[in-house]
Amino acid sequence: MIVNFTLNGEPANARVVSPVSLLDVLRDQIGLRGSKSACEQGECGSCSIVLDGDVVCACLVMAGDVEGSEVTTVEGISSGDVLNGVQAAMHEAGAVQCGFCTPGIVVTATDLFAANPHPSTGEIKSALAGNICRCTGYGAIVRALDSLAGRRS
Amino acid sequence: MTTTRSTPHLTVEGGVGDSPLRPDGVPKLRGRFDYASDLVSEGMLWGATTRSPHARARVVSIDVAPALAIGGVHAVLTADDVPGRAVFGLEHPDQPVLAGEEVRFWGEPVAVVAAEDDDTARRAAAAVLVEYERLEPLVDPEEADRRDDVFRRMRIRRGDQETRGPIVVEGHYEVGMQDQAPLGPEAGVAVPDGHGGVDLYATSQFVHVDHEQVVASLGLRPEQVRAHPTGIGGAFGAREDVNLHIHLCLLALHTGRPVKMVYHRSESFAGHVHRHPARMWFRHEADHDGRLLRVEARVIIDGGAYASTTAAVLGNACYFAVGPYRCDSVSVDGVGTRTNNPPCGAMRGFGAVQVCVGYEAQMDKLARALDLDPLEVRRRNALATGDPMPTTGQVITTPLPVVDVIDSLAAMPLPDAGRSGSVPGGSGLTTDPEHVTRGVGYALGIKNLGFSEGFDDSAQARVRLTAEGLVVETAAIEVGQGLATVLAQIARSALGVSKAEVRHVDTSQIDSAGSTSASRQTQVSGGATLEAATSLRERILDTHRGDDLSDEGVMRDGRVVVPMAVLAGESWEETVTFRHPPTTAPDENGQGVVHADFAVAGHRAVVDVDAELGLVSVVKVDTAQDVGKALHPEAVRGQIEGGILQGVGLAIMEELVISDGVIRNPNFTDYLLPTILDAPDVEALLIEQEGSWGPFGAKGVGEPPTISSTSAVLAAIRDATGKDIDRAPVRPQDIAL
Amino acid sequence: MAAAGQGATPLAGGTDLMVEVNFGHRRPDEVVALRRVDELASWDGNRIGAAVSWRRIERDGPRALAQAARTVGSPQIRNAGTIGGNLATASPAGDGHPFIVAVDASIELASTSGTRLVPWTEFFTGVKETSLRDGELVSAVELPEELPDRQEFAKIGVRNAMVIATVCVVVTRSDGKVTVGLGSVAPTPIRAHGAEEMISSINKPSESDLDEFQRLVSEEVRPITDHRSTEEYRRHAAGVLARRLLVRCLR
Repeated sequence: MIVNFTLNGEPANARVVSPVSLLDVLRDQIGLRGSKSACEQGECGSCSIVLDGDVVCACLVMAGDVEGSEVTTVEGISSGDVLNGVQAAMHEAGAVQCGFCTPGIVVTATDLFAANPHPSTGEIKSALAGNICRCTGYGAIVRALDSLAGRRS
Repeated sequence: MTTTRSTPHLTVEGGVGDSPLRPDGVPKLRGRFDYASDLVSEGMLWGATTRSPHARARVVSIDVAPALAIGGVHAVLTADDVPGRAVFGLEHPDQPVLAGEEVRFWGEPVAVVAAEDDDTARRAAAAVLVEYERLEPLVDPEEADRRDDVFRRMRIRRGDQETRGPIVVEGHYEVGMQDQAPLGPEAGVAVPDGHGGVDLYATSQFVHVDHEQVVASLGLRPEQVRAHPTGIGGAFGAREDVNLHIHLCLLALHTGRPVKMVYHRSESFAGHVHRHPARMWFRHEADHDGRLLRVEARVIIDGGAYASTTAAVLGNACYFAVGPYRCDSVSVDGVGTRTNNPPCGAMRGFGAVQVCVGYEAQMDKLARALDLDPLEVRRRNALATGDPMPTTGQVITTPLPVVDVIDSLAAMPLPDAGRSGSVPGGSGLTTDPEHVTRGVGYALGIKNLGFSEGFDDSAQARVRLTAEGLVVETAAIEVGQGLATVLAQIARSALGVSKAEVRHVDTSQIDSAGSTSASRQTQVSGGATLEAATSLRERILDTHRGDDLSDEGVMRDGRVVVPMAVLAGESWEETVTFRHPPTTAPDENGQGVVHADFAVAGHRAVVDVDAELGLVSVVKVDTAQDVGKALHPEAVRGQIEGGILQGVGLAIMEELVISDGVIRNPNFTDYLLPTILDAPDVEALLIEQEGSWGPFGAKGVGEPPTISSTSAVLAAIRDATGKDIDRAPVRPQDIAL
Repeated sequence: MAAAGQGATPLAGGTDLMVEVNFGHRRPDEVVALRRVDELASWDGNRIGAAVSWRRIERDGPRALAQAARTVGSPQIRNAGTIGGNLATASPAGDGHPFIVAVDASIELASTSGTRLVPWTEFFTGVKETSLRDGELVSAVELPEELPDRQEFAKIGVRNAMVIATVCVVVTRSDGKVTVGLGSVAPTPIRAHGAEEMISSINKPSESDLDEFQRLVSEEVRPITDHRSTEEYRRHAAGVLARRLLVRCLR
């Protein structure tokens, strides 16, 4: 079947033959490989995307179920070549090491700040509880987002 | 031997001491950075692996027909299809590329498949019909020791072996099997070149050694294989050994098509080596002032089915079994066993982590026996520059600020009693304030930097001046630690030119940079870069009779005499192979100049414990670390915070549960990595003392954060509960029952 | 409904089914997607539609169920995962189950032939087994009209987010009547009837009454040892949690 949906603000479609995750379709069929596959079970958040306004793990979304939906991936989180606030803050704070978790964190944090421009540190951490980072120990990530929220930490 | 030449003091933007932004930061933030798992090649097939479900079995027969019968399958290969050396291995080639007559660990590769797509390849791999005759697996390392089924035995004897002390503390300690669990999975693409050769792009920590093993097993000439550095999603030791590299090249050459393979998480757990689990016994004897008179230790680490780096890990464990303390009567016996448990190898800390759990528990026991402050007992025994290492007798010649580490930790303020953040149990609401006790614990650790025991370690780097600025070429692997940034900083500071980038080139274009491990790259590849850049500057200035070099070009008396555009048009390049001061193999008592350099770090952990339920919240970890010179202070802090959290993970939540040789929790649901809600606040003090042979006096910083952070958390839990915690990780039942 | 009747696999948030698909354990030929079926996502008073997400329950649900919702997985999982999915999967460790059993809720099952209401005691039949017939879907959870005025939840996990419950408990108290619902301590979620009876007859329990209550809970549970925890610890922890939650209910 053909699934039609909106991807990063543009119309998109995918050919879905067997039960396949949206993550696989994004990466292998559509060629947007910014969302990462690291656990296949929604336990790491590295495939975080926005689906109809909610941040979810793309590996847990069945591609066939996104007919008419709006999907935003890390590639669509900022426009053109400009970094958005979250990305710029993370860059400045040294919050990227290997970077594998970074797209998922960018998507999740962008969603948080869109709803709430001044989240508390506790709210930042709660929002990112589903995004695993193995390299940074989260310190620089928290510093980046604290500063974006207007706090020095 | 090459020495670091003195360099002119140059302040250039983005040089050493600055914290310039990562060159790959923007693409990573935008999701446009290619990791090995993101690579695609025109016409590529997908590979998958058939793995043994048994920890030990005889392979009676392999029937590939059912797999070949699946539409879209291009190849199914077994051991018979390996044209060259049948085994591979980082230190000792003993692991079959594909299993022959016997499988020796759960998950051992038996066959590999190439097919049109990932799904088909996996189905085909599952369809290969293997008939096994199950055999009784050897899973008890102590039994393996009794049977002499071992990879290495170590014996260290230093000083008078009859020395005894009036104060004696003893204990048995255990460390479970931790996994590196880098977020990026094993992945790669092998592209045949049409002339019998192949280009390999795969997750790695050491492309030259991958290259060697691929060449050997494929029976090719070295120039027929090129191993390329690619984007890596973390390593922590899991990528030092070959895993899918030979498989990919085999499939590519067999099918004549590019082949890609990406491990799923459970396969990743099965498919790479893990941290060695350890069982240890220590006896510390001291005088009435708490000075160590004698330390005796026995260490058994389980190497699992194949050798990997067990010999070296055991070496490290034994060499660091006393810790950063003086002692003139030392006896350490160690064994690295061979069993049918999953193979173990390099993980950040490499043997020094495990023994630290033991010796730091012992130092605390000593303190309690003498009613001494735990830091004071450590102060009284602290090693210093000029002292011999207690185990090897090697005189320490570079700075080793053990006392400074202790004093710094003592001076760091403790957090307030309450803390906004996680209580034990977190959002699980298990715990009210009245159920919580707070504990504080200290631990010190020592780690070698670089390779040891006479290993001829080196790194080659090339520095070129081009129209785009300075280019540093290296085969050294960037795994996220920031090497690509640091090498550019070194080149900038040495040459005085601010435009600089690092290019990662393949094995055909440069000699080995050695492994990205052992906390060595900044010192060794950095050393090569510094020497090459320094030498280049000298030659440029000599040739053009200049007295300075800048972005504008060659300067003389403050004026530009050769503009950069012209200079860059001349072919300026310098290639250097850097070697650190040599080490020696140990003698039969483990004595010798075994290590290239050392670093010490200390940790203080503050924990809140719900003792009735055995739940722990790590509130804060403070650290002081001996870094020589912080070339990129922010990146050093990043390494420290990341390493500490891995140490916290080992203390309270990370363990591969193995029974009958089978990993019971090979997934992220049940192998628990710390989340952001589990991360303690971290305060880090960098202790910079000149004197190391690394560039600008830098020491490696990657491993020291993992050595004693686990032990500090354990000590804090003991302080909070009064319980005799003797293993890592601590489980709720270890505290509550 | 008709599709389900023909053996199509129901899919709501995907947080259980897609894991099976990703692991290659299941390859459903036909899937009926329930994520955006309005009726299933409706929430009228005490009837919570099966497709209501854990995020909504965290925000709007009754106290102890909202507390449980807050511990489900991660924000991403809570946005997608549903109460109906959690029930249909019927893991012994399901975070929502202790509440269901503590308040004596019923599960509404729907098929082309209509709906039926099944008390929880008949719904959970074993480890990951329910009384769902072929062609039936979980369509809603029906909570009792009156919910207990005191209700508390707790869950033990070694990590502060995204953790399968080692033990999870709900204790309720209303007019002196106490109920205790427990998960991860038996093949299905259970009640600790003996402990409930003992404590419900006591107006102002003393410390030794609470000790006895705790002991009875520990005795009544039937936990196992697995790779996550041991029988002894689960038994001990169940009693401790039940006691602590009761103390909160008594405040």
